[in-house]
Amino acid sequence: MSDRELLYNYTLHLADNSMILGQRCSEWCAHGPILEQDIAITNIALDLIGEARSLYQFASEMRGEGHTEDSVAFLRDVLDYKNALLVEQPNTDWAYTIARQFFYDVYHFNLHLALANSSEKRISEIALKTIKETTYHLKWSSEWMIRLGDGTDISKSKMQDAVNHLWEYTGELFQASDIEKMAFEKGFGADLSAIAPLWHSKVKEVLDEATIAIPQSAYQQKGGKTGLHSEHLGYILADMQFLQRAYPGAEW
Amino acid sequence: MSNKEWPIWEVFIRAKQGLNHKHVGSLHAADVQMAIENARDVYTRRMEGISIWVVESKHIHASEPSDQEALFEPANDKIYRHPTFYILPEELNHM
Repeated sequence: MSDRELLYNYTLHLADNSMILGQRCSEWCAHGPILEQDIAITNIALDLIGEARSLYQFASEMRGEGHTEDSVAFLRDVLDYKNALLVEQPNTDWAYTIARQFFYDVYHFNLHLALANSSEKRISEIALKTIKETTYHLKWSSEWMIRLGDGTDISKSKMQDAVNHLWEYTGELFQASDIEKMAFEKGFGADLSAIAPLWHSKVKEVLDEATIAIPQSAYQQKGGKTGLHSEHLGYILADMQFLQRAYPGAEW
Repeated sequence: MSNKEWPIWEVFIRAKQGLNHKHVGSLHAADVQMAIENARDVYTRRMEGISIWVVESKHIHASEPSDQEALFEPANDKIYRHPTFYILPEELNHM
């Protein structure tokens, strides 16, 4: 794989994570538990999709041949998506949505702190902007973890259930794919083995405060980063890609 | 399930340095941290502000509408309180 192909694939992987989670968060639009939180989570969706756009623009420039951010984002099939399994998990309820967001935010924040030093200028510029947004996302989701975990009996049991269920999708974030390994060796990617301990210590800190037990199960799912997705991604793409496929090149 | 409503908060935004915080509206939030974040998400999405104050609505005390005459009308015939009667020196013409 040439350096350019490697950078292209790495950029897509970064973009796909934020795109798919952004799409998931946007499903809350007009369905939020309360007006103010409906706006909060759709704001987060917009931040994530905005970050993905910048990355897709960069990727489409690298790919050339008339590709645009839209064609790169919308005209690939399930196997071509390189997002982690965590971000495609369904919203289920508010506790699941918050737990998924929190696990991703801790990863996403530390990832972009590392990417700010990327040897690729476009990646580091996007990282600097993303850090500001993710700082807020992490604060927001951490507070919700604590509010629900250390809340009523019902909110605590729902949050514990969400954490137990989603835990097996967190390990994949730190199992470097070949693309991620090579991207780190080349200097433009992040070192996931350095991010993992930061993730675990922040997650422990917040879960402790939320009085939520950290699951002890060692089993971890994997596959998303290499294109082996859960059944959920197909449905997300059907929703997300319908417009571009039915009306190619549609514009507002 | 608890159906307890979250309290209402009044939101004040400072648009830029040097200006006052101005009342922009109200919202629901469970606690002060959430109130500030909700205010950020609801009222500063289009770069409306650089600083947020929130006050739980129950802490705002208002004048009674029925006191309007007694409180405000006495000022009606005291136009000399406006500084428009002073003759300003030429140099200050553009004040």
